Amino acid sequence: MAAARSASTRLFQNRAFLWLCLLATNLAVLALAILVVSILWQGWGTLDWDFLRSTASRKPENAGIIVPLWGSVWVCAICGLVALPLGVGTAIYLEEFARRTRFTRIVQTNILNLAGVPSIVYGILGLTAFARMFGAFGSGADAGIELGDPESLFYLRLPFGSSVLAGGLTLMLVILPIVIISTQEALRAIPPSLRAGALALGATTWQTVWGMTLPAAVPGIMTGSILAMSRAIGESAPLLVVGSALFLLATPNNLMSDFSVLPLQIFNWAQRPQAGFHDLAASAIVVQLVVLLAFNGVAVFIRQKLQKPLL
Amino acid sequence: MLKQLSSIGLLATAGLLFAAAPQDANLKNLKGVVKIDGSSTVYPITEAVAEEFNAVAPKVRVTVGVSGTGGGFKRFVAGEIDIADASRPIKKSEFDMAAKAKIDFIELPIAFDGLTIVVNPKNTWCTSLTVAQVKKIFGASGSAKTWKDVDASWPATPIKVYSPGTDSGTFDYFKEVVVGKDGAIRSDMSVSEDDNVLVRGVTGDEGAIGFFGCAYYFENKDKVRAVGVDGGKGAVMPTIESIENGSYAPFSRPLFIYVSKASADKPEVKAFIEFYLKNVARLAAEVGYVKLPDAVYSKVGANWTANRIGSQFIDPKGDHITGSLAEFYK
Repeated sequence: MAAARSASTRLFQNRAFLWLCLLATNLAVLALAILVVSILWQGWGTLDWDFLRSTASRKPENAGIIVPLWGSVWVCAICGLVALPLGVGTAIYLEEFARRTRFTRIVQTNILNLAGVPSIVYGILGLTAFARMFGAFGSGADAGIELGDPESLFYLRLPFGSSVLAGGLTLMLVILPIVIISTQEALRAIPPSLRAGALALGATTWQTVWGMTLPAAVPGIMTGSILAMSRAIGESAPLLVVGSALFLLATPNNLMSDFSVLPLQIFNWAQRPQAGFHDLAASAIVVQLVVLLAFNGVAVFIRQKLQKPLL
Repeated sequence: MLKQLSSIGLLATAGLLFAAAPQDANLKNLKGVVKIDGSSTVYPITEAVAEEFNAVAPKVRVTVGVSGTGGGFKRFVAGEIDIADASRPIKKSEFDMAAKAKIDFIELPIAFDGLTIVVNPKNTWCTSLTVAQVKKIFGASGSAKTWKDVDASWPATPIKVYSPGTDSGTFDYFKEVVVGKDGAIRSDMSVSEDDNVLVRGVTGDEGAIGFFGCAYYFENKDKVRAVGVDGGKGAVMPTIESIENGSYAPFSRPLFIYVSKASADKPEVKAFIEFYLKNVARLAAEVGYVKLPDAVYSKVGANWTANRIGSQFIDPKGDHITGSLAEFYK
């Protein structure tokens, strides 16, 4: 009798838990769905080619987002291209090569702490280190050192000033700890037997990493990277500190170009008094979601290309 | 007649300005970069001017940022930008930093933003407030809990206060007018950086009171009701006229641009400022702000042509002085 009740209790608990989980999932999906639908509802009317092709304007009907759109693409591309190799490299060193010493423990603790630092702090760091370069090349608007023609693709100057490069590198600082930690987790999830097998066959650590662990960890690394890039594309505070502009008529043409980003434009439109700008903010959010999906699409593509089945 | 005279004065000033500036044909070929940063309140005006300027001088690259008034001044004294947008006069500390960095600047008021105190439309009792009553509602010491605390004939409906973010220039200005430099505004308020949120808050709460720039009030006249302000000479409602002529005292807030003297010598910056002063009255009104009286504009134009360095709000000894714009720009 007691055994029967306990069985039914256990089955009830099982069903209740299932329903709780379903409820949690559905609430999350529902919140997202409401958000997307209401944004689409408000923003669909003003979302057209002209909106994507136009620059900023005081008249909502003439205003568009080409400049912040390309600004976001440049900044996030730079951020991703720098943060992924650096982050994955650091994680591989810490997990696969480094011995557990006091030094690696300090590095590890620091990385964990950095992941929790508010992004505006990285903005101040980016301003000092990248935009102004500690004043080592003179201060003010004039560049200390210039290479090439400002109109060409291969123009470089020091300090970087409030440029896409300074912005991208600042965002790189923001997401680097996330990339490192998620890559470390992905590497830790690889069964040790895989490494032991490779090493037993005489492979060097490098061969083991490149041939066995890294390919097996690609799905985990890419998932972490997608989360990190999603954060980068939504950041505005650190870029504001670095000196991102809002009104600008030219899209970036080299690493030293001034830039604006989508979140900044969205916030500015959302807080304007005229209702016409609020619709534009919604349209820009839709565009931002599409850009985010595009970046994630690239990550998924890379995952498919690099992934090797774990046998 | 007086108005005509002053607008002739304005035209004459503009003529003077343009005699010194490159001609329109030259503007087409003028090249260079004009970097602006600062207040997000001033941003819509500067954006409008920059947009129009691009039509006459397409090769000049104008960039406008929104780091906030304080953030803009920081970049201004570092020599990174040519022009700082500001929703309040320069502070003493910023003035000293500029002096230390040897950045001379020209202060140019460009428009008014009338801070508007609003209540819920269902609030039938409160049609105007004296400055003392405003202090009773918003001040930190002895702040009113219900409307009855403000005026004994009003109902005991609880007061709910909505305020712009405490980092904003709007808040700074309101605070200085209501409780003075060293006073404090009450802390039990609903605060938002986005003034549209304040509009929604006041719309949904019968006992609510809030304040924000007049542009938000003009766009939401159907949702919130403005309260007249009695600065000692009877209640005055915030209208374009009362804000412009200064009778909506003390809440007519001036907005400024600060131009670095070194930048003002560059032809592209010079051309931009001249274009700015010539068109700002019309463009400011278009984006929801209130133009300055013509007499003030002509004084501002004269200051610009004469390269008048420094701030009218800091006296020669370096102390901050308060007063209305019309007094300083007579």
